[in-house]
Amino acid sequence: MSILVFAEHDNSTLKADTLKTVAAAQAIGGDIHLLVAGSNCQSIAQEAAKVNGVTKVLVADNAAYEHQLAENISLLVTELAADYNHILATALTTGKNFMPRVAALLDVAQISDIIAVESADTFVRPIYAGNAIATVKSLDSKKVITVRPTGFDPVAADGSAEIVALDSVTDAGISSHVNDELSVSERPDLGAASVVISGGRGMQNGDNFKLLEGIADKLGAAIGASRAAVDAGFVPNDMQVGQTGKIVAPDLYIAVGISGAIQHLAGMKDSKIIVAINKDAEAPIFQVADYGIVGDLFDVLPELEGKL
Amino acid sequence: MKVLVPIKRVIDYNVKVRVKADNSNVDLANVKMAINPFCEIAVEEAVRLKEAGIATEVIAVTVGDKASQEQLRTALALGADRAIQIETDEKLDALNIAKLLQKIVEEEQPQLVILGKQSIDSDNNQTGQMLAALTGMAQGTFASEVKVDGDTVNVTREVDSGLQTISLKLPAIVTTDLRLNEPRYASLPNIMKAKRKPLVVKPAADFGIDLSPRSTLLKVTPPAERKAGIVVDSVDTLIEKLKNEAKVIS
Repeated sequence: MSILVFAEHDNSTLKADTLKTVAAAQAIGGDIHLLVAGSNCQSIAQEAAKVNGVTKVLVADNAAYEHQLAENISLLVTELAADYNHILATALTTGKNFMPRVAALLDVAQISDIIAVESADTFVRPIYAGNAIATVKSLDSKKVITVRPTGFDPVAADGSAEIVALDSVTDAGISSHVNDELSVSERPDLGAASVVISGGRGMQNGDNFKLLEGIADKLGAAIGASRAAVDAGFVPNDMQVGQTGKIVAPDLYIAVGISGAIQHLAGMKDSKIIVAINKDAEAPIFQVADYGIVGDLFDVLPELEGKL
Repeated sequence: MKVLVPIKRVIDYNVKVRVKADNSNVDLANVKMAINPFCEIAVEEAVRLKEAGIATEVIAVTVGDKASQEQLRTALALGADRAIQIETDEKLDALNIAKLLQKIVEEEQPQLVILGKQSIDSDNNQTGQMLAALTGMAQGTFASEVKVDGDTVNVTREVDSGLQTISLKLPAIVTTDLRLNEPRYASLPNIMKAKRKPLVVKPAADFGIDLSPRSTLLKVTPPAERKAGIVVDSVDTLIEKLKNEAKVIS
């Protein structure tokens, strides 16, 4: 049995979540190959070759794959699919974008966002914003799966796999990249940080998110936000934690001025320790918080920063 | 140009679903249902394209039982011109839904298909991309801005690292993210008018597609409950607890 895992990267670094998707592949069991598709991505291939449990790294290095457009990547993966029983990608925006396209081209269903592997054909996934956990048995001969990173511990990266260059180029010719507006931050990635501090509507405006920055600096934390804060324009979309935003499970999650709508809880309730700071003692966030402070965040945050 | 908007009837987003005692599925008996929030954004975007003189007709379509006509009427009240219900009592996989929608795309020949990126019940995030693959169209998923320009559409997408803008040849598929627009409320006169707009029912079985399920739901369980913790009286106590009890900071 062979498993193809799509490597998440931005042509300069391999995303650490790929190591968790490889862990899911190991739980399924079989010969694991990593696909690196990008442009000028040889350094990614070198990194990928070190991922434990991987026996082969397939490298598709071509301008057609630079921005990982779904139309082109899905053709590439579909072309490779004949050799594999399982095709896995991380459930981040790239994988979520192209994988259902692969599934449909192969005429199979996709099992999205798995958090556990029961067997080679049976998987566990959250539904209804994580308010129910479904165990699903796939009836398709080929399994197309996206893996939620919070469900798996990363494998180590001290191996050495064979690197094989692919020369076929699949360019659907129906889409092109225009530009990126990337958020630049010195802080750790939301999905990878061991501490996350998030602000909600209670922050009142974008400027007040500065109050979170000092604390984030002291804790080495990433900064997140609730949908309400993003919708109100306080902060950009890539900071949204929730059912349809980023799913995080850090060791420590600090929710500031966030009431705790079920959609937000879906994105963070698997955190090890949750702290809530909110002036409304009745806010639902306190029902999932290990430690709560009922108080005005504009008093609590400066004090917390000062005392850390 | 025609715009097709596939929509889905789902549990209302304010309702916290419960798992049935026998763990067979979630309990939807007597639960408030609504149009999926992302689908509502899709309808709004299509209606705005019509108001801007870019779209000529907006067609809402759903795959579901008779009750889902309620959500089609909502789409009509929001400004869709007509509706199609592909009738089935089965809960179909995303792939089978995409195959049925493909038939509607072949019949209607829309230049743009706008769908919600994800339904808040099954949380799959698949149907739009699958429909794009089946129809051979380009896709702009998780859209926060859609600009039609001649025979292309530029879609700005919400991605993990920020925003990405891509250009797609029409016809194309767009799936909506939360920031694309803020849907209007249907006015009472428009709700009344929607009752008289055309709604065609087509049995799913008539499309000649093998709709057999691709997966079996073995069980549905409630998630591990988090115990509510304690409210601490000061920042000092909080720091002390985080250091010595939870041991998550040093």
